[in-house]
Amino acid sequence: MLNINDLHARVEDTAILHGLNLEVKPGEVHAIMGPNGAGKSTLGNVLSGRPGYEVTGGTVTYKGQNLLELEAEERARAGIFLAFQYPVEIPGVSNMEFLKASVDAIRSARGEEAMSSMDFIKLAREKCKAVDLPADFLKRGVNEGFSGGEKKRNELLQMMLLEPSLCILDETDSGLDIDALQVVARGVNELRSPDRGIIVVTHYQRLLDYIVPDYVHVLAKGRIVKSGGRELALELEKHGYSWIDEEVA
Amino acid sequence: MSENIDQYLKSEYSAGWITDIESLTIPPGLNEDVIRLISAKKQEPEWMLEWRLKAYRAWLDMKEPEWAHVVYPKPDFQALSYYSSPKSMEDGPQSLDEVDPELLRTYEKLGIPVHEQEVLAGVAVDMVFDSVSVGTTFRQKLKDAGVIFCPISEAVHEYPELVQKYLGSVVPQKDNFYAALNSAVFSDGSFVYIPKGVRCPMELSTYFRINEAKTGQFERTLIIADERSQVSYLEGCTAPMRDENQLHAAVVELVALDDADIKYSTVQNWYPGDAQGKGGIYNFVTKRGIAHTRAKISWTQVETGSAVTWKYPSCILKGDDSIGEFYSVALTSNYQQADTGTKMIHLGKNTRSTIIAKGISAKHSSNSYRGLVKMNPGAEGARNYTQCDSLLIGDQCGAHTFPYIESKNPTAVVEHEATTSKVSDDQMFLCQQRGIDAEKAVSMIVNGFCKDVFRELPMEFAVEAGKLLEVSLEGAVG
Repeated sequence: MLNINDLHARVEDTAILHGLNLEVKPGEVHAIMGPNGAGKSTLGNVLSGRPGYEVTGGTVTYKGQNLLELEAEERARAGIFLAFQYPVEIPGVSNMEFLKASVDAIRSARGEEAMSSMDFIKLAREKCKAVDLPADFLKRGVNEGFSGGEKKRNELLQMMLLEPSLCILDETDSGLDIDALQVVARGVNELRSPDRGIIVVTHYQRLLDYIVPDYVHVLAKGRIVKSGGRELALELEKHGYSWIDEEVA
Repeated sequence: MSENIDQYLKSEYSAGWITDIESLTIPPGLNEDVIRLISAKKQEPEWMLEWRLKAYRAWLDMKEPEWAHVVYPKPDFQALSYYSSPKSMEDGPQSLDEVDPELLRTYEKLGIPVHEQEVLAGVAVDMVFDSVSVGTTFRQKLKDAGVIFCPISEAVHEYPELVQKYLGSVVPQKDNFYAALNSAVFSDGSFVYIPKGVRCPMELSTYFRINEAKTGQFERTLIIADERSQVSYLEGCTAPMRDENQLHAAVVELVALDDADIKYSTVQNWYPGDAQGKGGIYNFVTKRGIAHTRAKISWTQVETGSAVTWKYPSCILKGDDSIGEFYSVALTSNYQQADTGTKMIHLGKNTRSTIIAKGISAKHSSNSYRGLVKMNPGAEGARNYTQCDSLLIGDQCGAHTFPYIESKNPTAVVEHEATTSKVSDDQMFLCQQRGIDAEKAVSMIVNGFCKDVFRELPMEFAVEAGKLLEVSLEGAVG
């Protein structure tokens, strides 16, 4: 589904990724861990086509096509979803209006008919329940005045509505208390399916107690320096990232 | 980001075509003979001519205002024609059935309901084409309710006592340079009178269209809401795309007597000029209302057109407990300049005013809010709340705020809040990451920003206004 080969990228004048390799197959959950400044968020931003992130080398193939040629909205329509670490507010635009515009755009790209407003409202309410958000959230401005936990659950709500093929969760656990963390994890686990790939970017192994990954990768200095199974995350928790640094050096 | 924004900001003006119709346009130039000619064409009584001449003589000694935050070559007042009328309208008023179909088609093409049997039949329309009113719908239905809705040129003949009493009572002839000019040469516009205790049975609206080249439009609107009456009035404007600038200098006067309620909404979409800033309408307008005891005047405006706008719909809160409101969205793009806002003059006790102004600037445009809140010594317990927000799209445009507050009563309360924000890269990326294209994203963000004002508009207009913003922002972002 996703093939990243020797990816180099920079933000403004700072090179951040230095030859990153990663393969994600449908049905797999990959956890990317690593110290601050390793390039974890950059990976999600590059894959989703955020302006300001420049790819300086390497290739990314997604479902057989060159992902790097696509505009951000084309990538989204092709099924790539980034759950933001810091979701931004859009004052005055109701969550409902935003979600409908988003679902309409993505359905139309898939060649599906637009949903009727009634059907959409019904579906949106259902998904709200799944992420433990009251339905009146749909009437509020996008992320406007939401708490940190509400913003993250709102990201999850969007993910559930859009049903992407590749989900990238960028430190979705940061700033969440244990209850909110469980809600988010439950939502992600519900989305696990044989035709969907999931990349969970996180600093802490805590989240992985709830979302159990198939693979764990350690990202340091812009490269994946170690890959393994679930047990690698536990080792990291025990020994910290300095252990990796020594091993890489 | 700003480059991306620029590449999208290439708005298409959809009302820019010309109606091919034979017009009688008087030669350019302005002097007393021209005013006599306009007055004669309308077969006006002597008092009306004298009123015009008085205004003209005052105007000769006045100077064009230069305090507004706009830059433009001064109009040559001798190069303009002050009267232009479709030839078919020369023989005086006709019934709607006799109006030249070509004229009616002009309004139909603009989406205005000109036939009374149409679905959007909740609105009565007065159609002003260049210098004359070409037709007014639903006159009989309104008349049955006692409401007078007719061209002002007709009111001068039919209701001289009302016109004489109220014309110039809110905006005097010498009020300002453009109001004086308008008083001298005004050609047509709408007249509304709502009798005591009557709630106007339908929305009233006037649709202004400038068609002829090298003419100015100087319309005059006078709305009188008698005691305990209520009316909602809408105004819309468009003009063809022309390379030269055209002048539109209107005066609107509202009189809300005790316990009356006037809601005045404008969707202004005069031709804004092209992407290089060539052509477009100079929109220099004086709008003011006076509210008597417990009366309410509410101005709502959506301004997307015109090359240069200079406009401050205001309220004189004369009566105790009277209320003034001003809700405004002003959008500028390309090389448009707008200096717009309001004046709330609190005279009576416990008077209240609310100002919500939203300015959106894109491309190379300049957008200024200028507002005065004045609490006179008698304004015991008066309150004002002002909220003034600017939204910038790209990094070539400018937004400015000029608030003036004068309070001469220690019990009066004035609140002012102002914000300036940008359509941020992060907001755009959030939308795009969710599959929404850049254009739709900008229009959604801008519409959200304007929400507080749009909800004040009558339903049909709110939809219209949203669409208008979308068109005006076409290509605004990427």
